[in-house]
Amino acid sequence: MSQLETPAPVAHDRDDERLVGSHGLRGAVRGTVDRVRAGELGAVPVILGLVVICVVFQALNSLFLSSENLSNLLLESVPTGVIALGIVCVLLLGEIDLSVGSVSGVAGAILCVLFVNKGVPGVLAIVLALLVGVGAGALYSVIFNRLGVPSFVISLAGLLAFLGLQLALLGSQGAINLPFDSTLVKFAQLDFVPQAVALVIVLLIAGGLFATGFYNAQARHKAQLSGASNQLLLARSIAVLVIGLVAVFYLYSGGGRGIGWMFVFFLVLVMVMHYVFTRTGFGRSMFAVGGNEEAARRAGINVHRVYAAAFILCSTFAALGGVLASARLAAVNQQSGGADVNLNAIAAAVIGGTSLFGGRGSAISALLGILVIQAISNGLTLLNLNSSYRFMITGGVLLLAVAVDSVARRSRASSGRA
Amino acid sequence: MTASAMPAEQGTEPVLSLRGISKTFGAVAALTDVDLDVGPGQVVALVGDNGAGKSTLVKVLAGVHTADSGTITFEGREATIVSPHDAQALGIATVYQDLALCENLNVVENLFLGHELNKKRLDEVAMETRSWELLRELSAKIPTVRIPVASLSGGQRQTVAIARSLLGDPTLIILDEPTAALGVAQTAEVLNLIERLRERGHGVIMVSHNMADVQAVADVVCVLRLGRNNGVFNVDEISSEEIVAAITGASDNVVSQRARRRAGATPATPQEG
Repeated sequence: MSQLETPAPVAHDRDDERLVGSHGLRGAVRGTVDRVRAGELGAVPVILGLVVICVVFQALNSLFLSSENLSNLLLESVPTGVIALGIVCVLLLGEIDLSVGSVSGVAGAILCVLFVNKGVPGVLAIVLALLVGVGAGALYSVIFNRLGVPSFVISLAGLLAFLGLQLALLGSQGAINLPFDSTLVKFAQLDFVPQAVALVIVLLIAGGLFATGFYNAQARHKAQLSGASNQLLLARSIAVLVIGLVAVFYLYSGGGRGIGWMFVFFLVLVMVMHYVFTRTGFGRSMFAVGGNEEAARRAGINVHRVYAAAFILCSTFAALGGVLASARLAAVNQQSGGADVNLNAIAAAVIGGTSLFGGRGSAISALLGILVIQAISNGLTLLNLNSSYRFMITGGVLLLAVAVDSVARRSRASSGRA
Repeated sequence: MTASAMPAEQGTEPVLSLRGISKTFGAVAALTDVDLDVGPGQVVALVGDNGAGKSTLVKVLAGVHTADSGTITFEGREATIVSPHDAQALGIATVYQDLALCENLNVVENLFLGHELNKKRLDEVAMETRSWELLRELSAKIPTVRIPVASLSGGQRQTVAIARSLLGDPTLIILDEPTAALGVAQTAEVLNLIERLRERGHGVIMVSHNMADVQAVADVVCVLRLGRNNGVFNVDEISSEEIVAAITGASDNVVSQRARRRAGATPATPQEG
């Protein structure tokens, strides 16, 4: 991030003689390599993992990388991905929520009971389902802040309690179907972005990336700080543009339905949370509490409020994930939010690079992690392997991801980046 | 030994005055009836042996602990401090001995933690510019402000912690052993800085074990012993030996015995506390 275009006046942040110079594109590449060596892996392992998974499954079944399958894979990853986004919020604080699966199931059940059985308008039913998530998080945070019960235990109790609530709501019939012509089901199953719109979105993202980068660099130069060079910004935007355009053309070719609106919705959520984590005072206080709670408290941060916000965000994202899952399935049943949803969401956040120990992570990790999990599950389904293998392989990948994180931590410690 | 209680006569009205502060932890009375006055532009050294209650007193002022009894008068008004936020709102900034920095955050993020500029869209440029200004003012030897604090040395971290306390332009600054982890040049810088704080009219409380530092910058020495006041002295009118005597509670103490044994007869300034 620290390049200098004109070497003439030395920027305030580059005049220490101990700083090893890094100029222009080559400096940026070398800086990245150095950071990875020092254990700042960022998204590198996940992306490598995704590539390996794609190569392996494509070799085993040529349908895996077909545009049709990829479109489907993207849509399929959204509900658990949204839940994983909530998990990132609590993991950043070094806490955990094991009840996200149950909460998502309850939210789906409430949506269906209200919308189908009671005839409540759809929007209101969704809002009420989300409010259950808000309520669950608020309850957890009161117990956590007032009584000091570990979040592990609170959410384990929540897991059971909300599972019971879900079964009670569904009653003896055990499953409720959502009508196929409802807007929600269409949104989750049938609404795809027209190709032209998708291209415009890619252009806007690449352009926006360059514009904000350029604006930031200008502001930094004006304040006599070093900023990213135009070369680097341009190279980054062009890379995003090319990858985006190739992806769009591929997904809309050969029987592929393209990109679903629900996936776009997920991307927007990821970007909003990324902004919150990296560019707001609240996001910064989350990292601070996760890194050193006492220091955060002494800095005047209301630590209790940060915990409360994180638990509420997590449960609300879980409820939203539950709503999307029932829309995707067009039904809710006793298994909704059960079995592997919980662990997949947590595994996704961790595989994506969010530390289990607090203070490190990003919103992007939820996106990358869920793509890994979903790719594995999808690939194994194509191979007609049953869920027993899926569990074992996902477990192995999770262990690998945490092992990579631990090794990276060690090398960070040895190169003083802790 | 001139251990007569001598309140701070300097300045006009004290910025901070404590009366009868007591604090117990279970069966242990950490502070008993402690009085303290700090005037504007006055550096008060708070000295005492380990367990004398210095850190507890600092934490009471910083809002980490709440006093069981006693009154705190800040800028002429009685104040209650029950949280770190209260202390900051009053204008009391504290630099802790156990450095309260987040290791996973970088220097700028730590400096502005809790007081970020423009919380809805962080103004990174302004924060970084201000950080460089502050660090230059302190002559800090920090190569870049965009690395995690984890990779800084103890002295560099202390500098960051002190720089942070200055951001809110506080009325009273409390430094808990500010030079304990610093090298020679950085100690001198911190002492210079404390003098600059005094010139700017800040009240300063400095907890220290280092008599040389106390003699160098303090105006008034307040001695605590076993949680009680054991004398307040003008630093010009007292020698290091007398301070040590007040700290240990006897003129014939381990430190003076050592000094006599060395027989050098030079008016000794004890090397270490």
